Amino acid sequence: MLTDINTILFYVFAALVLGGGILTITRRNAVHSAISLIVSLLGVAGLFLLQQAEFLFAVQIMLYVGGIMLLFLFVIMLVNLDRAAHQRQFNKQWLVALAAVAAVGACVGFFLYRGKDAFHFPESVAGLPPSLGNTEALADSLFSEYLLPFEIASVLLLVAVVGSVVMAKKRI
Amino acid sequence: MHPITTFHYLVLSAALLLIGTVGVLTRRNVVIILMSIELILNAVNINLIAFSHALQNVNGQIFVIFVITDAVAEAAVGLGILIALFRNKETVQADEMDLLKW
Amino acid sequence: MNFLDQIWLIPLFPLFGALLMLLAGKLLDPQPVSDVAVAPDVGAGGREPGAGEHLHSPLKFLISILCPGMVLLSFLFSVGAVWQLSQTAQRVHQVVQFTWLAGLPFHMANGQLATFQADWGFLLDPLSSVMILVVTGVGFLIHVYSIGYMAHDNGYYRFFGYLNLFVFFMLMLVLANNYMLLFVGWEGVGLCSYLLIGFYFHKKSAADAGKKAFIVNRVGDAGFILGMLLMMSVLGTVRFTDVNALLRGPHFTPEVAGFGVLSAMGLLMFFGATGKSAQIPLYIWLPDAMEGPTPVSALIHAATMVTAGVYMVARSSALYQLTPRTSMVVAVVGALTAILAATIALVQNDIKRVLAYSTVSQLGYMFLALGVGAYWVAIFHLFTHAFFKALLFLCSGSVIHAMGGEQDMRRMGALKDKIPTTHWTMWVGSVAIAGIPFLAGFFSKDEILWQAYSSPLGSKLLWFVGLATAGLTAFYMWRLMNMTFYGRSHVTPEVQKHVHESPSSMTVPLTLLAIGSVLAGWLGTPRLWNLPEGFRAFERWLAPVFASRAVEAAGEGAHDASLEWLLMTLSVAVAIIGIAVARYFYHTRPSIPDSIERSCKPLYTVLYNKWYVDEIYDFLFVNGLGKGGGRVCGAFDRNVVDGGVNGAGWLTRFTSRVSIWWDTWIIDGAVRFGSFCVKMLSYPVCILETGRVQAYAFFVVVGALAFLGYYIAR
Repeated sequence: MLTDINTILFYVFAALVLGGGILTITRRNAVHSAISLIVSLLGVAGLFLLQQAEFLFAVQIMLYVGGIMLLFLFVIMLVNLDRAAHQRQFNKQWLVALAAVAAVGACVGFFLYRGKDAFHFPESVAGLPPSLGNTEALADSLFSEYLLPFEIASVLLLVAVVGSVVMAKKRI
Repeated sequence: MHPITTFHYLVLSAALLLIGTVGVLTRRNVVIILMSIELILNAVNINLIAFSHALQNVNGQIFVIFVITDAVAEAAVGLGILIALFRNKETVQADEMDLLKW
Repeated sequence: MNFLDQIWLIPLFPLFGALLMLLAGKLLDPQPVSDVAVAPDVGAGGREPGAGEHLHSPLKFLISILCPGMVLLSFLFSVGAVWQLSQTAQRVHQVVQFTWLAGLPFHMANGQLATFQADWGFLLDPLSSVMILVVTGVGFLIHVYSIGYMAHDNGYYRFFGYLNLFVFFMLMLVLANNYMLLFVGWEGVGLCSYLLIGFYFHKKSAADAGKKAFIVNRVGDAGFILGMLLMMSVLGTVRFTDVNALLRGPHFTPEVAGFGVLSAMGLLMFFGATGKSAQIPLYIWLPDAMEGPTPVSALIHAATMVTAGVYMVARSSALYQLTPRTSMVVAVVGALTAILAATIALVQNDIKRVLAYSTVSQLGYMFLALGVGAYWVAIFHLFTHAFFKALLFLCSGSVIHAMGGEQDMRRMGALKDKIPTTHWTMWVGSVAIAGIPFLAGFFSKDEILWQAYSSPLGSKLLWFVGLATAGLTAFYMWRLMNMTFYGRSHVTPEVQKHVHESPSSMTVPLTLLAIGSVLAGWLGTPRLWNLPEGFRAFERWLAPVFASRAVEAAGEGAHDASLEWLLMTLSVAVAIIGIAVARYFYHTRPSIPDSIERSCKPLYTVLYNKWYVDEIYDFLFVNGLGKGGGRVCGAFDRNVVDGGVNGAGWLTRFTSRVSIWWDTWIIDGAVRFGSFCVKMLSYPVCILETGRVQAYAFFVVVGALAFLGYYIAR
């Protein structure tokens, strides 16, 4: 049981992610859904950490949980969802959707099972020395090789800001 | 206990993806739908990180940065649209927004 | 002065008079135009107010001098021209003024090329010289008579204007050198006849009579025109000299067997002559024409216009000499007309009607003569008839004038002493027409009867009809004389006071005409009497006009002298019998006519009603063709023509309905079917477009499933 703390942590975080996810999609109250999503996101952040992606662990918590989910909660408060909470939660196509997704899941599972032996990678790849930390490595690659996408992403964010302001205004 | 391999992460990512898809297809509340879309994006992130770690490559993490950026933008705009829709139709049920019906 | 070259002046004098009357007549004689054209208080210089009667006008005598004077000038010029003609060798003189109608070349019936041309030209030869002397001479006397007769009538200048116009047209007719110009005169005298018959236009009967005369004349003119066109087609020319030369030339042979083109020509032109000269079937206008003033009856319907047909047939003698069948038709029609008119005249009571039917009868004699080939005899009878018929008409006018307008013979009687001049001149005229020897009528009528008997174209039957007509003529003329002048007086008292002799302007022409009636006949005495050549001048004078190969070939023929004496005696005897019987019936035993009338009432009624010919024509043509034709044409127009138009409209509407159906169901149906197909095919697709985003997301998943399934299956 205690053979590997990674294994235990993995399973704990996996349970958080999956449980949070299931709760998100099944709660009647939107706030409950949001809280469940936060739990799920935290689980994902933990998984990031286990994979030695420290920067993204921090970004995930700061941006996703601290930004997006906050935004979600603000909007949930802004939009009066009391009436929606008393109405029917699942739409008419839930059965077929479930069936289709289950079929897709079966296919994906089939492919995963068939290829599970392909995911064994050599342990150590000649690459960066471990003295370079994760953030430095990211920055190194981001600002040299991926500079253009970085700039475009900033433009995207600008567009998103303008767009969301325009969409949410009472009068254009 | 067998050690956690990349395979486990892939299975987890697939499961989260499917959960998110069910949420998108099944829930009537638009806010929940948007949250389900975040679940899907997170599933993709898990997948990318898993491979980045397995291949000792930093490209995967950079991709995740961009995915998160996109998710942020999309959530902001999506919520803005939701507010605009709610202002016009007084409802957040996806079924009732069918003006583009034939 | 060369009168021969100035013969174009002869018609022009009366034309000038007519134009002067037209333009200035109202100035000379400012009276109301007729008895009804009187405005209540019209006033101009020199008039008495409230005038409705005859007004005195100082310048009226100018009309009296001018118009007869013009005719007198024409007469003098005619005398001069004829005298100069007699001095020439060939006795033909032609003066062409200008080309009047010029046409394009055309193909004649036998294929030759001819150019139609009619000139304004005048031909003076023996035949036309006789005619112009008669027209101008008798015309002048009648003009002088009219001065007295029309003195108290309104429209004095109008009357003289029309009369002059008539003389102009008649002279154009007889002096023309081609058929076209003759036709101008032909139509013109018809027009003047209409104007003069309807002179008292306020009387409906007069207006109707004028219309009847003109319309019946027009019916005949159709035949004349057709004949003239046929002549142009066959001969290529309408000039008399050319036509006669062609017909008497070697190309044309007599059509003895059946009817040919020449016969058709002759018949058509004769039909025109029946209209103008009042023969069967178109004589019906002449009795009605008595509505006009008496001088008009004398001039137009006795001496000149009605003789135009005779003149025309005589002028076409070359044509009729080549067609014996047509000549026989002419003779038969003439004989029938003569006896028919004579029978009607037996029972008429209006003095002018008796004379009108007498004219028709005598014209029948002229056509009988033309039909049997005795052309000069017909003209001779025309010549003598002009004298005594004009005399008789003018005398009857004098009687009517004396009686103050009364025309019914039953209300006359014992006028012999009251109007002596009229009486003895009328006696002379009656004796002349009856055919008593040594007066004019005897010579001409006897010659006709002899020719009817002996000519190769004549027959005993024709002679007998002529003889019977002579007897009837004598009878009805002396019936007239007895009823008018002798016997008991049936005159009403108020008229009795009025009876007076006519003024000298009327009696002098009567006297002159009476002298003419006696002397005119001596120009054509029978060969039998063996008188000096001068007494047969008429035949010799006219001989060149009618000479042809046929006549020369026939020669004189064997004259059976005793037969001729016998026939002559017979005709005289018949005349005397007629006179005696008339005297017996109407003088000695006046009751006999009434008893005969009572015993033969049906026959009397038929004769009195003119054999109902007018009624038959009315039924056949006026009501039958006219109104019936109008109804038929109206029905045709309504049902066929309008029906066609309506049918076209119905067809259009029907076609449009078919088109609408086609358009709606076939064309639009095809289009709608296309859209229907699209709609049906798109229906399944439409179902997918729900508008719900989650449905679309579902399909994305299904697509992914398909994708994955494909890879699994592979």
